[in-house]
Amino acid sequence: MHPGGSLTFVMPAHDSAHCRPPAGREKLDHMNTDDHVIEVTDLRRVYGGGFEAVRGISFAVGRGELFALLGTNGAGKTSTVEVLEGLARPTGGRVRVLGHDPYAERSLVRPRIGVMLQEGGFPSELTVGEAVRMWAGCTSGSRPTGEALELVGLGHRSRVRIKQLSGGEKRRLDLALALLGRPEVLFLDEPTTGLDAEGRVETWELVRALRASGTTVLLTTHYLEEAESLADRLAIMHAGRLAVSGTPAEVTATQPSQISFELPDGHHLGDLPPLGPLGVTAHETAGRTVKLRTDALQQTATRLLLWAQDAGVELRGLDVRSASLEEAFLRIARDVKQEDARRQDAPQQDALDKEKAA
Amino acid sequence: MSAATTTAGAATTAAGRLAALGRAELTLLGRSKGMLVTAVVVPLLLPLSVQQTLKGDMLEKAGLSMGTAMLSAGIGFAMLFAVYAALVNIYVARREELVLKRLRTGELLDREILAGTALPAALIGIAQCVVVALACTALIDLEAPEALHLAVLGVLLGIVLMVALGAVTAAFSRTAESAQVSSLPLMFVSMIGSGMTVPLEVFPDRVASVLELLPLSPAIRLVRGGWTGELSAYEALGATATAVAWVVLAVFAVQRWFRWEPRH
Repeated sequence: MHPGGSLTFVMPAHDSAHCRPPAGREKLDHMNTDDHVIEVTDLRRVYGGGFEAVRGISFAVGRGELFALLGTNGAGKTSTVEVLEGLARPTGGRVRVLGHDPYAERSLVRPRIGVMLQEGGFPSELTVGEAVRMWAGCTSGSRPTGEALELVGLGHRSRVRIKQLSGGEKRRLDLALALLGRPEVLFLDEPTTGLDAEGRVETWELVRALRASGTTVLLTTHYLEEAESLADRLAIMHAGRLAVSGTPAEVTATQPSQISFELPDGHHLGDLPPLGPLGVTAHETAGRTVKLRTDALQQTATRLLLWAQDAGVELRGLDVRSASLEEAFLRIARDVKQEDARRQDAPQQDALDKEKAA
Repeated sequence: MSAATTTAGAATTAAGRLAALGRAELTLLGRSKGMLVTAVVVPLLLPLSVQQTLKGDMLEKAGLSMGTAMLSAGIGFAMLFAVYAALVNIYVARREELVLKRLRTGELLDREILAGTALPAALIGIAQCVVVALACTALIDLEAPEALHLAVLGVLLGIVLMVALGAVTAAFSRTAESAQVSSLPLMFVSMIGSGMTVPLEVFPDRVASVLELLPLSPAIRLVRGGWTGELSAYEALGATATAVAWVVLAVFAVQRWFRWEPRH
């Protein structure tokens, strides 16, 4: 899979004809495959009990890129990231980090990556400073302890036992350890879960600064606004598969924009100009509120407003908005569910077909 | 580009990583009163309780002095409590706290994680063996060792085996509480059957030759033989081979069954 390629659909259900030109395209197109810092090809991961957490996914992350893996709980994000971190062997497929197998060639990969797990894993009786010192002793080219703690705003908590830290402070400590070795590649598994709004914004700023200095970042999150504001590219994972991947703008562009307003008094839906020529692909009404969906937002909005002006009516509660990542996300989750339901029915159909053939 | 941007600064060494991890573990050990009692106080007090039962003709029959018998008991208890039981507990606690999983994301190799975590307990175990030997010499007329190198070999083999078996036992313990139970079988069997509290000479020959194959038996045998000088080269070799076989078996079991994170 080429990173500069526009939308890569795994699901056939979407029509990508209306895609806008991808925003980050120029930057990505001149990259060749040597610049891929992370390469995942047809990765599968099956747990001991037979549960297939990752069902054949492929993606690549270029040097200096920030790639977000989005998904609901249980989508397979952590199962994927654990393989990239070299904690687990893939059941099938191929994974390369900085050109090496992260599991078999651990000693080549580890000094160049930083890992923040979803859950801490600190001995609660150590102080913050002791934990960082210990980790520094196991990290090539480590930053000084104080510098690492200052980076995440924990400089004043060095003498505090870890068991006395808040959930958010533990996340920051985890981030400090991940950054200790000035990694080329940073894996962040839900870095802002449990942080308050302020902490979240501070972490975002830190991640942006790291990216600006050339660090490649792979981030998992279930906060959509986090992915939307940080990621160069993202992929939405659902039930072990990548439903869609691309830049935030590309993924959002797969969803129609929306216009909603209240019907003026004395007017009916039929009084509006014909919806087809207006560019409306779907509409719904709830009471006096009308919702129009369109793939050509500017055109539809202009014509609607011109009509309102000519008719001399006021469209109360007018709301014109581009599709959000959230809508795209919910829609994709829904579509994949339907797809799965169809697939479950399919084997029966196959059996019937075979019977007929015989 | 990739070559130019690889980590600047000093690369870590195995010794440096072990020292960093061992230091943190020592700090943790010092902060846990329960662990300190198990690892430091208990092994030094238990031999005193054994002294009463050892009086009488048992020692005569085994041809042992009170000093050698107490030395065997003291070193055995040091290995079982300060090293084995303590480490089962520590490995399980670190695994359940996700510390082991976190350590595995770093540069430490798997075996370094297990060794570094065991470092303080192993050093305490060695220190206790020395203390026991000195105390027996000073207080109950333990004679000078005839072949000290055998005793040292026995202590080192015993401690390596206790570390490895501690990791094996941890693999089969789900929680820190159940770890206290799952470490009991080896402790009981060793206390009775490995020559710690009951000299193997009092058992019938056939039973004794089986008991000699228990995990801790070779270590005790080497320590005792090192002091009395009554172990032939052939017997010393046999004991060493048994101990090494147990270590190999335990290391294999760790590689096969050790879990680095809690069961889901």
